Amino acid sequence: MTGEDTRHLPLEDLHQAAGARFGAFAGWSMPLTYPPGVMKEHLHTREHAGLFDISHMKLFAVSGPGAAALLNRACPLDAGALEASQSKYTFFLNEAAGIIDDLIVTRLGDDRFMVVANAGNAVEDEKHLRALAAGFDAKVEPLDRVFLAIQGPDAWAALARAGIETGSLLFMHGIEPRQNWFMSRSGYTGEDGFEIGLPEADARGLVAKLLEDERVQWIGLAARDSLRLEAGLCLHGQDLTPEIDPASAGLMWAIPKEVRAAGHFIGADALRSILDRGAPQKRVGLKPDSRQPVRAGAALVDADGNPAGHVTSGGFGPSTGHPVAMGYINTALAKPGTKLFADVRGTKIPVDIAALPFTPHRYRKG
Amino acid sequence: MAKTYFTEDHEWLRVEGGVATVGITDYAQEQLGDLVFVELPEIGRKLAKGDTAVVVESVKAASDVYAPVDGEITEANGSLSADPSLVNSAATGDGWLWKMKLANESQLDSLLDEAAYKAHIG
Repeated sequence: MTGEDTRHLPLEDLHQAAGARFGAFAGWSMPLTYPPGVMKEHLHTREHAGLFDISHMKLFAVSGPGAAALLNRACPLDAGALEASQSKYTFFLNEAAGIIDDLIVTRLGDDRFMVVANAGNAVEDEKHLRALAAGFDAKVEPLDRVFLAIQGPDAWAALARAGIETGSLLFMHGIEPRQNWFMSRSGYTGEDGFEIGLPEADARGLVAKLLEDERVQWIGLAARDSLRLEAGLCLHGQDLTPEIDPASAGLMWAIPKEVRAAGHFIGADALRSILDRGAPQKRVGLKPDSRQPVRAGAALVDADGNPAGHVTSGGFGPSTGHPVAMGYINTALAKPGTKLFADVRGTKIPVDIAALPFTPHRYRKG
Repeated sequence: MAKTYFTEDHEWLRVEGGVATVGITDYAQEQLGDLVFVELPEIGRKLAKGDTAVVVESVKAASDVYAPVDGEITEANGSLSADPSLVNSAATGDGWLWKMKLANESQLDSLLDEAAYKAHIG
């Protein structure tokens, strides 16, 4: 995915000045690592605060008298039941209950919501939401913002030093602290942290202030991936796809009971039927019993050599100190203690089914 | 007297008495980032130029290292099993990957010298 269509981050010059190494991801030229390297960047985030440019992700404002009804149709969600500033992890599903994208929806006001979507699906998401919106009294507005994440135990203190108080904001809540800003206490690392969408000029000012603080460092996409994998969080396109439903993905916790039972979201019938029959495959954590990483695409077999599933994400966990992975396996095998083997270039690597996350979440919930 | 050669695939070879010590260049280790695992070759394995000899794994990806010439593996750097990061910290020294007995020394003539390799990476 390189070439003339590659999109560039508005703050690319800052990443170049910081010595970033760039690579293509979801059609964007993204900073993969900075001079400290993925291992140190990962550990720095867990110990202090990592600053991520995630402007490749897309923010949509959804507003109007029919906004909640539109979201309830597009997602297995009761948008009207969200309190002001409350966020919810949810999905766009297709008619077969396959996951078109995973999202975070935040209620900003009576008739106003913020939807944060993945880079790789942003075009598809917008088309999907706009097509649905025609049937509702609602407006879908893609926002032109720089989007930053600051993650780690010192994230709140670094923001406070930069003049942004976060005190009363709890995990999975989002607010509009300034004109055209959106700030939520959320992230993709398993750590306490914030995601802030804001105009480019404001972003340049905020970044400059944050980087004066030695607790804050730029962190690239490579460490973002190892952090989220240790935290057991899914990457759409790998761990979630339009062929995978929320039950197989082990994400039914994201769908409220009443919505499961009576919601009129797209894919509701298919999802209910999957729940009745039981999902044939389940997402599990996988811990290779070796120093050798097991990566996405590797086939999994049981002790007798029968096909058992496949790996969807895998790599090395700098905080755990061993390889970490996740994947899908036949539901009958999806219990701790099952011995499986991953085929890595013809070698059978023993892997254990492991509880997710690999590193405990440290969210600020209250 | 040892002589050092390079390949366009970012390997180095130090040849002495018909045996080459092979590793990846500092440029290559920088591109790969922090290594977490090195899959070492079996002693006695015969390789043709271009065969995969070793797989080096970074946090993010696995990359093949190819045999730069024909030959037979005589030694693998066992210290990389305990500390793969030696390849990052000492790519052209303690982070060597394997030693091979050369089958055809004339193949060395097609490799790069240090000046040509430096020009290659710009």
